[in-house]
Amino acid sequence: MDYSFSPLGDHAVVIEVGQEISEAVQAKVRTISQLLESRPPDWMVEAIPAFTTIAVFYNPLAAQYAAAVAELKELVQQTEEVTALKSRTVEIPVCYGGEFGPDLEFVAAHNGLTPEEVISIHTSGTYSVHMIGFAPGFPFIGGMSEKIAAPRRDSPRLRIPERTVGIAGKQTGVYPIETPGGWQLIGRTPLRLFRPEDEVPSLLRAGDKIVFKKITESEYHAWEGSRDAENP
Amino acid sequence: MLKILKSGLQTTVQDLGRYGFQKYGVIVSGAMDPYAHRLANLLVRNAENAATLEIALVGPAVQFDNDGFIALCGGDLSPKIDGKQVDLWRPIAVKKGSTLTFGAPKTGCRCYLAVSGGISVPEVMNSRSTYLRAEIGGFHGRALKMGDLVEVNPLPPEQLAAFYKAISKETDWQVLAPRYSAEPVIRMIRGRQYDLFDEQSKRRVFTEPFSVSANSDRMGYRLEGTLLSLKEPGELISEAVAFGSIQVPADGNPIVLLADRQTTGGYPKIGQVASVDLPLVSQLKPGNRLRFQEISLEEAQQLWMEQEQKIRQLKISIQLKWEEWK
Repeated sequence: MDYSFSPLGDHAVVIEVGQEISEAVQAKVRTISQLLESRPPDWMVEAIPAFTTIAVFYNPLAAQYAAAVAELKELVQQTEEVTALKSRTVEIPVCYGGEFGPDLEFVAAHNGLTPEEVISIHTSGTYSVHMIGFAPGFPFIGGMSEKIAAPRRDSPRLRIPERTVGIAGKQTGVYPIETPGGWQLIGRTPLRLFRPEDEVPSLLRAGDKIVFKKITESEYHAWEGSRDAENP
Repeated sequence: MLKILKSGLQTTVQDLGRYGFQKYGVIVSGAMDPYAHRLANLLVRNAENAATLEIALVGPAVQFDNDGFIALCGGDLSPKIDGKQVDLWRPIAVKKGSTLTFGAPKTGCRCYLAVSGGISVPEVMNSRSTYLRAEIGGFHGRALKMGDLVEVNPLPPEQLAAFYKAISKETDWQVLAPRYSAEPVIRMIRGRQYDLFDEQSKRRVFTEPFSVSANSDRMGYRLEGTLLSLKEPGELISEAVAFGSIQVPADGNPIVLLADRQTTGGYPKIGQVASVDLPLVSQLKPGNRLRFQEISLEEAQQLWMEQEQKIRQLKISIQLKWEEWK
Protein backbone atom coordinates (compact mmCIF):
# COMPACT_ATOMS: atom_id res chain seq x y z
CA MET A 1 0.00 0.00 0.00
CA ASP A 2 1.28 3.47 -0.85
CA TYR A 3 1.67 6.11 1.80
CA SER A 4 1.90 9.84 1.21
CA PHE A 5 3.32 12.41 3.59
CA SER A 6 2.42 16.09 3.86
CA PRO A 7 2.76 18.91 6.38
CA LEU A 8 -0.05 19.97 8.73
CA GLY A 9 1.40 23.37 9.55
CA ASP A 10 4.90 23.66 11.00
CA HIS A 11 4.43 21.18 13.88
CA ALA A 12 2.90 18.04 12.32
CA VAL A 13 3.23 15.50 9.49
CA VAL A 14 0.18 13.77 8.06
CA ILE A 15 0.64 10.20 6.85
CA GLU A 16 -2.10 9.39 4.35
CA VAL A 17 -2.73 5.66 4.07
CA GLY A 18 -5.54 5.77 1.50
CA GLN A 19 -8.08 8.03 -0.17
CA GLU A 20 -11.24 6.20 0.88
CA ILE A 21 -12.68 4.79 4.07
CA SER A 22 -12.30 1.01 4.01
CA GLU A 23 -11.54 -1.79 6.42
CA ALA A 24 -8.12 -2.30 4.83
CA VAL A 25 -7.17 1.38 5.18
CA GLN A 26 -8.55 1.41 8.70
CA ALA A 27 -6.47 -1.61 9.68
CA LYS A 28 -3.31 0.11 8.38
CA VAL A 29 -4.12 3.27 10.34
CA ARG A 30 -4.54 1.27 13.53
CA THR A 31 -1.36 -0.68 12.92
CA ILE A 32 0.72 2.46 12.34
CA SER A 33 -0.81 4.05 15.46
CA GLN A 34 0.17 0.99 17.45
CA LEU A 35 3.72 1.17 16.10
CA LEU A 36 3.95 4.87 16.98
CA GLU A 37 2.80 4.05 20.50
CA SER A 38 5.19 1.17 21.05
CA ARG A 39 8.19 2.74 19.28
CA PRO A 40 7.66 6.51 19.34
CA PRO A 41 10.36 8.53 17.56
CA ASP A 42 12.12 10.65 20.19
CA TRP A 43 10.92 13.87 18.53
CA MET A 44 7.25 12.85 18.54
CA VAL A 45 4.83 14.79 20.78
CA GLU A 46 1.74 12.69 20.02
CA ALA A 47 -0.19 11.18 17.12
CA ILE A 48 -3.83 11.51 16.05
CA PRO A 49 -5.18 8.61 13.98
CA ALA A 50 -8.21 9.32 11.78
CA PHE A 51 -10.10 7.45 9.01
CA THR A 52 -7.39 7.43 6.37
CA THR A 53 -4.63 9.46 8.01
CA ILE A 54 -2.39 9.67 11.06
CA ALA A 55 -1.12 13.10 12.09
CA VAL A 56 2.19 12.96 13.91
CA PHE A 57 3.01 16.06 15.97
CA TYR A 58 6.60 17.12 16.64
CA ASN A 59 8.63 20.06 17.87
CA PRO A 60 10.70 21.54 15.01
CA LEU A 61 13.54 22.08 17.50
CA ALA A 62 13.89 18.29 17.83
CA ALA A 63 13.32 17.41 14.18
CA GLN A 64 12.32 19.43 11.16
CA TYR A 65 9.86 18.29 8.53
CA ALA A 66 12.19 16.41 6.16
CA ALA A 67 13.88 14.50 8.99
CA ALA A 68 10.56 13.55 10.57
CA VAL A 69 9.20 12.29 7.21
CA ALA A 70 12.36 10.26 6.54
CA GLU A 71 12.03 8.48 9.88
CA LEU A 72 8.28 7.89 9.44
CA LYS A 73 8.89 6.36 5.99
CA GLU A 74 11.07 3.75 7.63
CA LEU A 75 8.60 3.19 10.44
CA VAL A 76 5.63 2.44 8.16
CA GLN A 77 7.65 -0.32 6.48
CA GLN A 78 7.52 -2.24 9.76
CA THR A 79 3.72 -2.57 9.86
CA GLU A 80 3.79 -6.27 8.99
CA GLU A 81 5.32 -7.01 12.37
CA VAL A 82 2.22 -5.86 14.21
CA THR A 83 -0.88 -7.98 14.71
CA ALA A 84 -4.35 -6.43 14.71
CA LEU A 85 -6.19 -5.66 17.96
CA LYS A 86 -9.28 -7.62 18.94
CA SER A 87 -12.56 -5.70 18.80
CA ARG A 88 -15.38 -5.43 21.36
CA THR A 89 -19.11 -4.81 20.79
CA VAL A 90 -20.80 -1.96 22.67
CA GLU A 91 -24.58 -1.32 22.67
CA ILE A 92 -25.61 2.33 22.65
CA PRO A 93 -29.23 3.05 23.68
CA VAL A 94 -30.75 6.07 21.89
CA CYS A 95 -33.95 8.05 22.37
CA TYR A 96 -34.69 9.33 18.86
CA GLY A 97 -36.42 12.49 17.67
CA GLY A 98 -38.28 15.17 19.61
CA GLU A 99 -36.14 17.62 21.57
CA PHE A 100 -33.29 15.05 21.58
CA GLY A 101 -33.17 14.80 17.77
CA PRO A 102 -34.39 18.06 16.20
CA ASP A 103 -33.02 17.13 12.76
CA LEU A 104 -34.65 13.67 12.54
CA GLU A 105 -37.42 15.14 10.34
CA PHE A 106 -34.82 16.81 8.09
CA VAL A 107 -32.85 13.57 7.66
CA ALA A 108 -36.12 11.73 6.86
CA ALA A 109 -37.34 14.36 4.37
CA HIS A 110 -33.90 14.59 2.73
CA ASN A 111 -34.03 10.85 2.00
CA GLY A 112 -37.77 10.56 1.21
CA LEU A 113 -38.39 8.46 4.34
CA THR A 114 -40.52 8.70 7.48
CA PRO A 115 -38.75 9.40 10.79
CA GLU A 116 -39.65 5.83 11.89
CA GLU A 117 -37.89 4.44 8.81
CA VAL A 118 -34.78 6.48 9.62
CA ILE A 119 -34.75 5.05 13.16
CA SER A 120 -35.29 1.53 11.89
CA ILE A 121 -32.38 1.83 9.44
CA HIS A 122 -30.11 3.49 12.04
CA THR A 123 -30.73 0.72 14.62
CA SER A 124 -30.35 -2.17 12.16
CA GLY A 125 -26.79 -1.38 11.08
CA THR A 126 -23.55 -2.98 12.20
CA TYR A 127 -21.10 -0.21 12.90
CA SER A 128 -17.41 0.01 13.65
CA VAL A 129 -15.53 2.83 15.37
CA HIS A 130 -13.01 4.22 12.88
CA MET A 131 -11.59 6.90 15.10
CA ILE A 132 -12.08 8.95 18.24
CA GLY A 133 -11.77 12.66 17.62
CA PHE A 134 -13.29 16.13 17.46
CA ALA A 135 -14.36 15.99 21.13
CA PRO A 136 -13.26 13.75 24.05
CA GLY A 137 -14.55 10.21 23.44
CA PHE A 138 -16.36 11.24 20.23
CA PRO A 139 -16.61 8.16 17.96
CA PHE A 140 -16.57 8.43 14.19
CA ILE A 141 -18.49 5.38 13.14
CA GLY A 142 -18.45 3.58 9.83
CA GLY A 143 -21.08 1.28 8.39
CA MET A 144 -24.12 3.57 8.23
CA SER A 145 -26.62 2.94 5.45
CA GLU A 146 -26.48 5.57 2.69
CA LYS A 147 -30.29 5.55 2.75
CA ILE A 148 -30.13 7.90 5.78
CA ALA A 149 -27.10 9.99 4.75
CA ALA A 150 -27.51 13.77 5.14
CA PRO A 151 -25.19 16.74 4.48
CA ARG A 152 -23.53 18.73 7.28
CA ARG A 153 -25.16 22.02 8.14
CA ASP A 154 -23.79 24.95 6.09
CA SER A 155 -22.92 26.76 9.30
CA PRO A 156 -22.18 24.76 12.47
CA ARG A 157 -24.52 25.05 15.49
CA LEU A 158 -22.89 26.95 18.35
CA ARG A 159 -24.16 24.53 20.98
CA ILE A 160 -25.10 20.85 20.86
CA PRO A 161 -26.06 19.12 24.15
CA GLU A 162 -23.82 16.31 25.41
CA ARG A 163 -24.60 12.70 24.34
CA THR A 164 -26.52 13.80 21.21
CA VAL A 165 -26.46 11.34 18.27
CA GLY A 166 -25.89 12.86 14.84
CA ILE A 167 -25.41 12.19 11.13
CA ALA A 168 -23.00 13.93 8.74
CA GLY A 169 -22.72 12.66 5.19
CA LYS A 170 -22.38 8.88 5.43
CA GLN A 171 -21.15 9.06 9.03
CA THR A 172 -22.94 8.81 12.35
CA GLY A 173 -21.65 9.57 15.84
CA VAL A 174 -22.41 10.78 19.37
CA TYR A 175 -21.37 14.12 20.92
CA PRO A 176 -19.96 13.17 24.38
CA ILE A 177 -19.85 16.77 25.70
CA GLU A 178 -21.60 20.02 24.84
CA THR A 179 -19.85 21.50 21.83
CA PRO A 180 -20.44 23.43 18.62
CA GLY A 181 -20.82 21.22 15.56
CA GLY A 182 -22.22 20.84 12.08
CA TRP A 183 -23.94 17.43 12.23
CA GLN A 184 -27.67 16.70 11.82
CA LEU A 185 -29.04 15.69 15.24
CA ILE A 186 -31.33 12.63 15.42
CA GLY A 187 -31.40 11.50 19.08
CA ARG A 188 -29.67 11.24 22.45
CA THR A 189 -28.10 8.46 24.54
CA PRO A 190 -28.01 8.27 28.36
CA LEU A 191 -24.50 6.69 28.19
CA ARG A 192 -21.40 8.65 29.21
CA LEU A 193 -18.76 8.37 26.50
CA PHE A 194 -16.13 10.64 28.09
CA ARG A 195 -14.72 9.44 31.44
CA PRO A 196 -11.89 11.76 32.46
CA GLU A 197 -11.35 9.84 35.71
CA ASP A 198 -10.38 6.66 33.83
CA GLU A 199 -6.89 5.84 32.59
CA VAL A 200 -8.29 5.52 29.07
CA PRO A 201 -10.75 8.43 29.22
CA SER A 202 -12.99 7.20 26.40
CA LEU A 203 -15.73 4.51 26.55
CA LEU A 204 -15.15 3.68 22.88
CA ARG A 205 -11.92 2.95 21.05
CA ALA A 206 -10.99 2.72 17.40
CA GLY A 207 -11.83 -0.79 16.21
CA ASP A 208 -14.85 -1.32 18.50
CA LYS A 209 -18.13 -2.62 17.03
CA ILE A 210 -21.29 -0.70 17.91
CA VAL A 211 -25.02 -1.35 17.83
CA PHE A 212 -27.66 1.34 18.40
CA LYS A 213 -30.82 0.40 20.29
CA LYS A 214 -34.02 2.48 20.31
CA ILE A 215 -35.34 3.37 23.77
CA THR A 216 -38.34 5.41 24.89
CA GLU A 217 -38.13 8.77 26.63
CA SER A 218 -39.06 7.22 29.99
CA GLU A 219 -36.45 4.48 29.53
CA TYR A 220 -33.98 7.25 28.69
CA HIS A 221 -34.71 9.13 31.92
CA ALA A 222 -34.61 5.95 34.02
CA TRP A 223 -31.29 4.98 32.46
CA GLU A 224 -29.73 8.43 32.73
CA GLY A 225 -30.05 8.45 36.51
CA SER A 226 -28.85 4.85 36.95
CA ARG A 227 -25.44 3.27 37.40
CA ASP A 228 -25.86 1.72 33.95
CA ALA A 229 -24.97 5.08 32.45
CA GLU A 230 -21.57 4.68 34.12
CA ASN A 231 -21.07 0.97 33.45
CA PRO A 232 -22.94 -0.38 30.44
CA MET B 1 -3.32 32.38 47.85
CA LEU B 2 -5.19 34.55 45.36
CA LYS B 3 -8.58 35.84 46.40
CA ILE B 4 -10.88 36.65 43.49
CA LEU B 5 -12.79 39.80 44.46
CA LYS B 6 -14.35 40.22 41.00
CA SER B 7 -14.50 37.61 38.23
CA GLY B 8 -13.87 39.57 35.04
CA LEU B 9 -15.11 38.31 31.66
CA GLN B 10 -13.28 34.96 31.56
CA THR B 11 -10.32 34.24 33.81
CA THR B 12 -9.01 30.66 33.59
CA VAL B 13 -6.00 28.68 34.83
CA GLN B 14 -3.79 27.63 31.89
CA ASP B 15 -0.42 26.04 31.26
CA LEU B 16 1.13 25.00 27.95
CA GLY B 17 -1.54 22.39 27.31
CA ARG B 18 -2.62 18.78 27.69
CA TYR B 19 -0.66 16.55 25.32
CA GLY B 20 -0.91 12.83 24.62
CA PHE B 21 -4.70 12.43 24.80
CA GLN B 22 -5.76 13.85 21.43
CA LYS B 23 -6.16 10.27 20.17
CA TYR B 24 -9.07 10.00 22.64
CA GLY B 25 -10.46 13.30 21.40
CA VAL B 26 -9.20 15.22 24.43
CA ILE B 27 -8.22 18.70 23.27
CA VAL B 28 -4.89 20.35 24.08
CA SER B 29 -6.24 23.59 25.65
CA GLY B 30 -3.46 25.70 27.21
CA ALA B 31 -2.58 29.37 26.90
CA MET B 32 -3.96 31.08 23.78
CA ASP B 33 -0.77 33.20 23.70
CA PRO B 34 1.93 30.70 24.70
CA TYR B 35 4.69 33.29 24.23
CA ALA B 36 3.21 35.69 26.81
CA HIS B 37 2.48 32.76 29.15
CA ARG B 38 6.08 31.53 28.98
CA LEU B 39 7.62 34.97 29.42
CA ALA B 40 5.39 35.76 32.41
CA ASN B 41 6.63 32.57 34.09
CA LEU B 42 10.28 33.21 33.22
CA LEU B 43 10.08 36.75 34.65
CA VAL B 44 9.16 35.36 38.09
CA ARG B 45 11.57 32.41 37.76
CA ASN B 46 8.88 29.78 37.34
CA ALA B 47 9.12 26.84 34.95
CA GLU B 48 7.74 27.89 31.54
CA ASN B 49 4.90 25.41 31.93
CA ALA B 50 3.80 26.60 35.40
CA ALA B 51 0.10 27.46 35.61
CA THR B 52 -0.86 31.10 35.08
CA LEU B 53 -4.16 32.94 34.98
CA GLU B 54 -5.32 33.80 31.48
CA ILE B 55 -7.30 37.03 31.76
CA ALA B 56 -9.57 37.89 28.83
CA LEU B 57 -10.63 41.41 27.83
CA VAL B 58 -12.32 42.47 31.10
CA GLY B 59 -9.95 41.71 33.95
CA PRO B 60 -10.78 40.41 37.43
CA ALA B 61 -9.87 41.94 40.79
CA VAL B 62 -7.33 39.73 42.54
CA GLN B 63 -6.07 40.10 46.10
CA PHE B 64 -2.69 38.60 47.06
CA ASP B 65 -2.56 36.77 50.36
CA ASN B 66 1.23 36.50 50.45
CA ASP B 67 4.30 38.58 49.68
CA GLY B 68 5.79 37.61 46.34
CA PHE B 69 6.46 38.45 42.72
CA ILE B 70 4.06 38.57 39.83
CA ALA B 71 4.49 39.26 36.13
CA LEU B 72 1.84 40.34 33.63
CA CYS B 73 2.47 39.58 29.96
CA GLY B 74 0.30 39.66 26.85
CA GLY B 75 -2.41 42.17 26.05
CA ASP B 76 -2.28 45.48 27.97
CA LEU B 77 -5.53 45.55 29.95
CA SER B 78 -4.39 48.58 32.00
CA PRO B 79 -3.38 46.71 35.17
CA LYS B 80 -3.18 48.56 38.50
CA ILE B 81 -1.94 47.44 41.90
CA ASP B 82 -3.70 49.21 44.78
CA GLY B 83 -4.85 51.79 42.26
CA LYS B 84 -1.40 52.50 40.88
CA GLN B 85 -0.68 51.70 37.24
CA VAL B 86 1.91 48.94 36.67
CA ASP B 87 3.90 47.90 33.62
CA LEU B 88 3.67 44.60 31.81
CA TRP B 89 6.63 42.38 30.83
CA ARG B 90 8.59 42.78 34.08
CA PRO B 91 8.60 41.24 37.56
CA ILE B 92 6.61 43.20 40.13
CA ALA B 93 6.97 42.71 43.89
CA VAL B 94 3.55 42.61 45.56
CA LYS B 95 2.86 42.72 49.28
CA LYS B 96 0.36 40.63 51.16
CA GLY B 97 -3.04 42.30 50.95
CA SER B 98 -2.35 44.15 47.67
CA THR B 99 -5.09 44.12 45.04
CA LEU B 100 -4.62 43.82 41.28
CA THR B 101 -7.31 45.37 39.09
CA PHE B 102 -7.65 46.03 35.38
CA GLY B 103 -9.07 48.83 33.24
CA ALA B 104 -9.68 49.39 29.54
CA PRO B 105 -7.80 47.17 27.05
CA LYS B 106 -5.10 49.16 25.24
CA THR B 107 -3.51 46.42 23.13
CA GLY B 108 -4.59 42.81 22.68
CA CYS B 109 -7.20 41.07 24.78
CA ARG B 110 -5.49 38.35 26.84
CA CYS B 111 -3.13 39.03 29.73
CA TYR B 112 -1.23 36.32 31.64
CA LEU B 113 -0.70 36.64 35.37
CA ALA B 114 2.22 34.52 36.61
CA VAL B 115 2.75 34.32 40.36
CA SER B 116 6.13 33.30 41.77
CA GLY B 117 5.87 29.66 42.80
CA GLY B 118 3.11 29.04 40.28
CA ILE B 119 -0.63 28.56 40.70
CA SER B 120 -1.40 25.30 42.46
CA VAL B 121 -4.32 23.30 41.09
CA PRO B 122 -4.45 19.51 40.62
CA GLU B 123 -3.14 18.06 37.38
CA VAL B 124 -5.75 16.33 35.24
CA MET B 125 -4.23 14.16 32.52
CA ASN B 126 -0.79 15.73 32.99
CA SER B 127 -1.94 19.35 32.72
CA ARG B 128 -3.35 22.18 34.83
CA SER B 129 -5.13 23.79 31.88
CA THR B 130 -8.85 24.44 32.14
CA TYR B 131 -10.92 22.51 29.59
CA LEU B 132 -14.14 24.47 29.86
CA ARG B 133 -16.43 22.36 27.68
CA ALA B 134 -15.50 19.11 29.48
CA GLU B 135 -15.39 20.90 32.86
CA ILE B 136 -12.03 19.42 33.84
CA GLY B 137 -8.59 20.81 34.78
CA GLY B 138 -7.77 24.28 36.04
CA PHE B 139 -9.83 25.55 38.96
CA HIS B 140 -12.68 22.98 39.20
CA GLY B 141 -12.90 22.92 35.40
CA ARG B 142 -14.35 26.40 35.16
CA ALA B 143 -13.56 30.09 34.88
CA LEU B 144 -12.92 31.91 38.17
CA LYS B 145 -15.79 33.50 40.07
CA MET B 146 -16.05 36.11 42.78
CA GLY B 147 -15.04 34.61 46.13
CA ASP B 148 -12.79 31.86 44.74
CA LEU B 149 -9.58 31.19 46.65
CA VAL B 150 -6.81 29.99 44.33
CA GLU B 151 -3.80 28.30 45.94
CA VAL B 152 -0.27 29.40 45.03
CA ASN B 153 2.82 27.27 45.62
CA PRO B 154 5.04 28.75 48.37
CA LEU B 155 7.73 31.19 47.30
CA PRO B 156 11.13 29.47 47.10
CA PRO B 157 13.40 30.77 49.96
CA GLU B 158 15.99 32.35 47.65
CA GLN B 159 13.20 34.38 46.02
CA LEU B 160 11.91 35.51 49.38
CA ALA B 161 15.30 37.10 50.12
CA ALA B 162 15.25 38.76 46.71
CA PHE B 163 11.74 39.98 47.41
CA TYR B 164 12.77 42.02 50.44
CA LYS B 165 15.58 43.63 48.48
CA ALA B 166 13.38 44.30 45.45
CA ILE B 167 10.43 45.68 47.37
CA SER B 168 12.48 48.70 48.43
CA LYS B 169 13.09 49.81 44.85
CA GLU B 170 11.25 49.62 41.56
CA THR B 171 12.53 47.18 38.94
CA ASP B 172 14.11 49.22 36.18
CA TRP B 173 14.04 46.65 33.40
CA GLN B 174 11.53 44.80 31.30
CA VAL B 175 11.47 42.55 28.24
CA LEU B 176 10.10 43.70 24.88
CA ALA B 177 6.46 42.97 24.07
CA PRO B 178 5.60 41.30 20.74
CA ARG B 179 4.20 43.57 18.03
CA TYR B 180 0.53 43.08 18.92
CA SER B 181 -1.70 44.92 16.47
CA ALA B 182 -5.41 45.35 15.78
CA GLU B 183 -4.64 44.93 12.05
CA PRO B 184 -1.81 42.40 11.87
CA VAL B 185 -0.34 40.64 8.86
CA ILE B 186 -0.39 36.95 9.73
CA ARG B 187 2.00 34.57 8.01
CA MET B 188 0.27 31.46 6.68
CA ILE B 189 1.44 28.15 5.23
CA ARG B 190 -0.74 26.54 2.56
CA GLY B 191 -3.16 24.05 4.07
CA ARG B 192 -3.50 20.39 3.14
CA GLN B 193 -6.58 21.15 1.03
CA TYR B 194 -5.37 24.49 -0.45
CA ASP B 195 -5.48 23.10 -4.00
CA LEU B 196 -9.13 22.07 -3.63
CA PHE B 197 -10.12 25.78 -3.51
CA ASP B 198 -10.98 27.70 -6.69
CA GLU B 199 -8.41 30.08 -8.20
CA GLN B 200 -10.17 33.19 -6.91
CA SER B 201 -10.23 31.91 -3.32
CA LYS B 202 -6.59 30.80 -3.48
CA ARG B 203 -5.63 34.34 -4.51
CA ARG B 204 -8.05 36.31 -2.35
CA VAL B 205 -7.10 34.58 0.88
CA PHE B 206 -3.75 36.40 0.56
CA THR B 207 -5.01 39.72 -0.79
CA GLU B 208 -8.27 40.52 1.02
CA PRO B 209 -8.64 41.58 4.66
CA PHE B 210 -10.72 39.50 7.09
CA SER B 211 -12.42 40.75 10.23
CA VAL B 212 -12.81 38.81 13.47
CA SER B 213 -16.48 37.96 14.11
CA ALA B 214 -18.21 38.26 17.49
CA ASN B 215 -18.67 34.45 17.41
CA SER B 216 -15.06 33.90 18.42
CA ASP B 217 -13.65 32.20 21.48
CA ARG B 218 -10.83 29.98 22.73
CA MET B 219 -11.91 27.25 20.33
CA GLY B 220 -11.56 29.37 17.22
CA TYR B 221 -11.96 32.74 15.57
CA ARG B 222 -14.56 33.02 12.86
CA LEU B 223 -13.45 35.40 10.13
CA GLU B 224 -15.62 37.47 7.82
CA GLY B 225 -14.73 39.22 4.60
CA THR B 226 -14.37 37.58 1.26
CA LEU B 227 -16.13 34.21 0.90
CA LEU B 228 -13.87 31.26 0.04
CA SER B 229 -15.11 28.35 -2.04
CA LEU B 230 -13.98 25.00 -3.36
CA LYS B 231 -13.58 24.19 -7.09
CA GLU B 232 -16.18 21.47 -6.57
CA PRO B 233 -18.34 21.35 -3.46
CA GLY B 234 -17.90 18.16 -1.50
CA GLU B 235 -17.49 16.53 1.87
CA LEU B 236 -14.10 15.64 3.25
CA ILE B 237 -12.95 12.69 5.33
CA SER B 238 -12.31 14.03 8.84
CA GLU B 239 -8.66 14.29 9.84
CA ALA B 240 -6.49 15.91 12.51
CA VAL B 241 -6.35 19.69 12.86
CA ALA B 242 -3.72 21.79 14.64
CA PHE B 243 -3.33 25.07 16.56
CA GLY B 244 -3.75 27.66 13.80
CA SER B 245 -5.45 25.46 11.18
CA ILE B 246 -7.68 27.62 8.96
CA GLN B 247 -10.69 25.60 7.91
CA VAL B 248 -13.49 26.73 5.66
CA PRO B 249 -17.07 25.45 6.17
CA ALA B 250 -19.54 25.48 3.29
CA ASP B 251 -20.71 29.02 4.16
CA GLY B 252 -17.29 30.24 2.95
CA ASN B 253 -16.22 32.08 6.12
CA PRO B 254 -12.86 30.80 7.38
CA ILE B 255 -12.34 29.68 10.99
CA VAL B 256 -8.90 29.85 12.63
CA LEU B 257 -8.67 27.02 15.18
CA LEU B 258 -7.02 28.01 18.46
CA ALA B 259 -6.12 26.59 21.91
CA ASP B 260 -9.45 24.85 22.59
CA ARG B 261 -9.78 23.51 19.02
CA GLN B 262 -11.32 20.11 18.41
CA THR B 263 -8.77 17.37 17.64
CA THR B 264 -10.14 16.54 14.18
CA GLY B 265 -12.27 18.30 11.59
CA GLY B 266 -14.02 17.59 8.33
CA TYR B 267 -13.90 21.03 6.75
CA PRO B 268 -11.14 21.70 4.18
CA LYS B 269 -8.10 23.62 5.46
CA ILE B 270 -6.99 26.42 3.17
CA GLY B 271 -4.07 27.31 5.39
CA GLN B 272 -2.20 27.12 8.64
CA VAL B 273 -1.02 30.08 10.71
CA ALA B 274 2.76 29.98 11.26
CA SER B 275 3.27 29.06 14.92
CA VAL B 276 5.29 32.21 15.63
CA ASP B 277 2.31 34.35 14.63
CA LEU B 278 -0.29 32.53 16.75
CA PRO B 279 0.09 35.02 19.65
CA LEU B 280 -0.79 37.86 17.24
CA VAL B 281 -4.00 36.04 16.24
CA SER B 282 -4.92 35.08 19.82
CA GLN B 283 -4.74 38.71 20.94
CA LEU B 284 -7.29 39.91 18.34
CA LYS B 285 -10.66 41.23 19.47
CA PRO B 286 -13.96 40.93 17.58
CA GLY B 287 -13.97 43.63 14.90
CA ASN B 288 -10.18 43.62 14.44
CA ARG B 289 -8.93 43.00 10.91
CA LEU B 290 -6.13 40.77 9.69
CA ARG B 291 -4.46 39.89 6.42
CA PHE B 292 -2.70 36.66 5.51
CA GLN B 293 0.72 36.52 3.86
CA GLU B 294 2.09 33.34 2.35
CA ILE B 295 5.15 31.75 3.92
CA SER B 296 6.88 28.43 3.20
CA LEU B 297 7.04 25.61 5.72
CA GLU B 298 10.84 25.96 5.86
CA GLU B 299 10.61 29.69 6.66
CA ALA B 300 7.97 29.04 9.32
CA GLN B 301 10.16 26.43 11.01
CA GLN B 302 13.18 28.74 10.77
CA LEU B 303 11.22 31.58 12.43
CA TRP B 304 10.07 29.18 15.13
CA MET B 305 13.64 28.16 15.92
CA GLU B 306 14.77 31.79 15.98
CA GLN B 307 12.00 32.59 18.44
CA GLU B 308 12.98 29.66 20.66
CA GLN B 309 16.57 30.92 20.57
CA LYS B 310 15.36 34.39 21.56
CA ILE B 311 13.37 32.97 24.49
CA ARG B 312 16.47 31.08 25.65
CA GLN B 313 18.49 34.31 25.56
CA LEU B 314 15.78 36.17 27.43
CA LYS B 315 15.79 33.45 30.07
CA ILE B 316 19.53 33.95 30.60
CA SER B 317 19.20 37.77 30.69
CA ILE B 318 16.39 37.51 33.24
CA GLN B 319 18.49 35.21 35.43
CA LEU B 320 21.35 37.74 35.34
CA LYS B 321 19.00 40.55 36.39
CA TRP B 322 17.74 38.43 39.28
CA GLU B 323 21.32 37.88 40.43
CA GLU B 324 21.48 41.62 41.15
CA TRP B 325 18.90 41.17 43.89
CA LYS B 326 20.85 38.43 45.66
